[in-house]
Amino acid sequence: MATAVVETGERETYLNREYGIKSWLLTVDHKRIALLYLIGITFFFFVGGFFALLVRLELLTPAGDLVQADTYNKLFTMHGQVMVFFFLIPAIPAVLGNFLIPIMIGAKDLAFPRINLLSWYLYIIGGCLMAYTILAGGVDTGWTFYTPLSTEFLKTNVITAALAVFVSGFSSIFTGLNFIVTIHRMRAPGMTWNRLPLFVWAHYATSIIQVLGTPVVAIAIVLVALERLFHLGIFNPALGGDPLLFQHLFWFYSHPAVYIMILPGMGIVSEIVCCFSRKRVFGYQAMAMAVLGIAVVGFLVWAHHMFVAGISVYAALIFSLLSYFVAVPSAIKVFNWTATMYKGSITYQTPMIYAFGFIGLFTIGGLTGLFLACLGVDVHVTDTYFVVAHFHYIMVGGTIMAYMGGMHFWWPKISGKLYPEFWGKLSAMIVFIGFNLTFFPQFILGYMGMPRRYWDYSKAPEFQILNVLSTAGASVLAVGYLMPMIYFLWSMRYGKPAPDNPWNAAGLEWMIPSPPSTFNFDEQPVVTWEAYNYDEIKEEVPVAQ
Amino acid sequence: MLENIPFWPTRASTTANNVDALFIFLVVVSALMTMLIFTMVIYFAVRYRRRAGRPAEQIAGSHALEITWSIIPFCVFMVFFGWGAIIYFQERTPPKNSAEVYIVAKQWMWKFEHMEGQREINELHVPVGRDVKVIMTSQDVIHSFFVPAFRIKQDVLPGRYTVAWFHATKPGTYHLFCAEYCGTLHSGMIGWVVVMEPKDYEAWMGGGGNQPLAVTGEKLFTELGCVTCHRSDTQGRGPNLVGVYGKPVMLEDGRTLVADENYIRESIVDPGAKIVKGFKPVMPTFQGQISDEQLNALVAYVKSLGQPQSSQTGGKNMAAATP
Amino acid sequence: MHNSSVATANHEVHDNPALLHHFATAEQQKDAASLGMWLFLVTEVMFFGGMFCAYLVYRYKYFGDFGSASQQLSIKLGAINTAVLICSSLTVVLAVRAAQLGKRTVLVFWLLATIVLGLVFLGIKADEYAEKFEKHHVPGPSFHYHELLPGQAGLPPADRRYANPSHAEMYFSLYFAMTGMHALHMIIGVGLFSFLTYFAWRGKYTPGYYTPIENAGLYWHFVDIVWIYLFPLLYLIDRHR
Repeated sequence: MATAVVETGERETYLNREYGIKSWLLTVDHKRIALLYLIGITFFFFVGGFFALLVRLELLTPAGDLVQADTYNKLFTMHGQVMVFFFLIPAIPAVLGNFLIPIMIGAKDLAFPRINLLSWYLYIIGGCLMAYTILAGGVDTGWTFYTPLSTEFLKTNVITAALAVFVSGFSSIFTGLNFIVTIHRMRAPGMTWNRLPLFVWAHYATSIIQVLGTPVVAIAIVLVALERLFHLGIFNPALGGDPLLFQHLFWFYSHPAVYIMILPGMGIVSEIVCCFSRKRVFGYQAMAMAVLGIAVVGFLVWAHHMFVAGISVYAALIFSLLSYFVAVPSAIKVFNWTATMYKGSITYQTPMIYAFGFIGLFTIGGLTGLFLACLGVDVHVTDTYFVVAHFHYIMVGGTIMAYMGGMHFWWPKISGKLYPEFWGKLSAMIVFIGFNLTFFPQFILGYMGMPRRYWDYSKAPEFQILNVLSTAGASVLAVGYLMPMIYFLWSMRYGKPAPDNPWNAAGLEWMIPSPPSTFNFDEQPVVTWEAYNYDEIKEEVPVAQ
Repeated sequence: MLENIPFWPTRASTTANNVDALFIFLVVVSALMTMLIFTMVIYFAVRYRRRAGRPAEQIAGSHALEITWSIIPFCVFMVFFGWGAIIYFQERTPPKNSAEVYIVAKQWMWKFEHMEGQREINELHVPVGRDVKVIMTSQDVIHSFFVPAFRIKQDVLPGRYTVAWFHATKPGTYHLFCAEYCGTLHSGMIGWVVVMEPKDYEAWMGGGGNQPLAVTGEKLFTELGCVTCHRSDTQGRGPNLVGVYGKPVMLEDGRTLVADENYIRESIVDPGAKIVKGFKPVMPTFQGQISDEQLNALVAYVKSLGQPQSSQTGGKNMAAATP
Repeated sequence: MHNSSVATANHEVHDNPALLHHFATAEQQKDAASLGMWLFLVTEVMFFGGMFCAYLVYRYKYFGDFGSASQQLSIKLGAINTAVLICSSLTVVLAVRAAQLGKRTVLVFWLLATIVLGLVFLGIKADEYAEKFEKHHVPGPSFHYHELLPGQAGLPPADRRYANPSHAEMYFSLYFAMTGMHALHMIIGVGLFSFLTYFAWRGKYTPGYYTPIENAGLYWHFVDIVWIYLFPLLYLIDRHR
């Protein structure tokens, strides 16, 4: 097939096709947009991580002696808001999803490339609003914005924070919309729904949640802003309003939001486990239905965040029951990944190390979710560090592990370079160790009764030893996250050039050059094979890079 | 026995024993599940690592396995749900004849008022071995009443009452934390629950000379003019309140509800919300004219009307409550 | 090393200038655009849904007070606005038809008619808002409300009950939030249609390509439907009393 070249005689890729800042800021190429997102989310990851480090440093000692109470409250609030809205929700879909989905289905781009660019600009505008909020003195509502605290009692930059979340929400909505239309309408001939990589299924389910859920938090946050501005009483009991109404509107989105954060990660893990076991996935249908099931049932469980909030006993019973329903498909996925490894031919490259880490940590995180769904136990552990530990196991032990695994897996495709395998494995293991040291003690702290969002625990010094362990772990974790930053950047300049398919993996993305050319395929592919056709791919994963 | 496990929190209530039993069950099952998965993953990773001449075996799946490992976990989950639901139902249903304490939470302190009139700030004295029900409201934002040693927690909301109860089993001093972020000194909104032997509690309570809460309420009832309409005969412009607490009330729009603390409270601050059948909506609102503490006193008084122990102490005090 | 080539399909050689490069056929592009617009409207349903939810909760709780506040709105103006919007949906449909038939001037005419009707709606809305402002029914520091509950007028003056001002303010908060959000969507719609009118006049839309007209039409119909819900909910409570 004809290969396009650029002026220097090199093969044309999406990277060298055009140079200059304008060619990036006005691009409609989904791959370039993915890299634009990569810059943004990496930046916000380190901002959010920095706030987390300060929180953990404060908690080394029982007394509030590092920062003032108000400052601490701002630190944990902004850690949460930045990490949730500007890192976890966009990261995998906007970077890896954007880059890979068109290629995986055999298309030249997403359905709406200009809306894709608009999504990025909305993300950046939201990010600027968040940055403004931080620089103008911060916000201390907690990432959950509960009323009437946020509407009547705080003097900080609540409205700009709300606006930042609102704008970034539209970025999320448009990305989801784009993915759904792309997956429905742009699949290459022969790429039936049953042949889609599970990565695509996972993003499809995620996109449904983004499209249906995000508008509800948008309106909740608009009402909070309006209430603040005009002293309305929608959530203020003194004026006849109901603070629980806000909580319902907020959690109606924010619970499905956690599935936005985890489902794409599950998609990545499926790709990695299959490749490094050299096997098709065990139970493809079950895996695809499971992500859809999680997305749908995930909309029915929101009030499990409100068991002690003052809802009726009967409502609590229903939401607890439904929360156990949603646990079943997640469990199925863990079993299926394990079964995929059975009688495989397994190697331990960095992406697979991260996948192992994901399976282990998601299992623990998911099981602790069962504790929280259990009404009798939840009354004791809700609003304590038990919950903090649970969601960090899922979001950091789950999502971020999957994200890192995916970045390593597809880095050769994206950059055309190989990352150094030794440093990759080392970082993965440092992250795993640091992570567990940081967050496992928090389960114990929570059961002991240490509440969340506490700046000072000097009346309960028995909490200190576990907090010290947790902070120690956080510093190890930080190292584990800094290392890939360094060697990924290093590899862009000094890394070995990557072959088209360094892993001998299945999937359309591995059948095109690394990095891809701007329009992905020279001619539209026609798909005649099933997903994960490792039975047809005879080669194993190359040993050393 | 549990006390020997490092970090295990003290248990000082009946609820704590129930919750810990369930928690241990969850831990054991989860640990087994974790070990199962970890063992299998590690075993497969080693046993099926790449070896020359042994390619991977493509296995599409197994309906039987999928169904099995859906149904078995589901059944286990239903046990978790059922056991947890039972405990929760018990936690949300204060026993009849519980002793009562009114709590007003505000940024950033806890204000307690016993039925005998004792007031405390950030420290709550209770006798061991008695059912105690706390009736709580907030003056400002949402707080949460959390006593880890009792394993109970309940958010405290502005504008309405929420309720919790406990039965302390061990004398001692236990942490009280606010568990819902409420602003600057959220972590300073802490205190102690002091559980005392009954004799010591009597002694502590005796040295007061306080006016019982219901008597305070009775005085307010007269001062504010409630007594002019809410007469104990049928001639008043307002319903007779004797015996109203805990009984069904029929409203003019046809609904029936049971008169609880929230109903009585609402009737004072927003009387137009629910009109009793056969009466005109003429009661003025007292919103903004009385404090939360005064509201508590009025509610305590109305509750005491027509109750067997109604008299000076207004019923529902710790000494009289059956153990 | 795995073979990089894949089986390929011939793609349609196209000289349709409206066909974007990443689509294989014009039909695929049209389908994608339609699906995209429908999905967007679903997000709008969820967006307005949150406010409707809040409204329903408080209407149930404060039925009498909401009835009183609702009677402060003008049914006449609301009904006229409803008729205006329904007519504008008709003009939109006629515009789509004109585009399908390739009738450029007719298309421009109906697009302009839609814009005019939209502006009439907004003008009447502005008038209603101004009246609310004058009567101090706008929530906030200058809110003041002293009106009877529905059905009280027939009673002797001493027995008449007034609505709770806080609850009436709740009604107006939701009224302004919901109709304000709706009006914002109308303004965006008018802007959209202005662009379309310009491009239509320039001859951009043909029977082979009129997707933007169709999709903007969908958007307009949706905004219309939101109003069809808003009108009875906000204006017609408890009017029989």
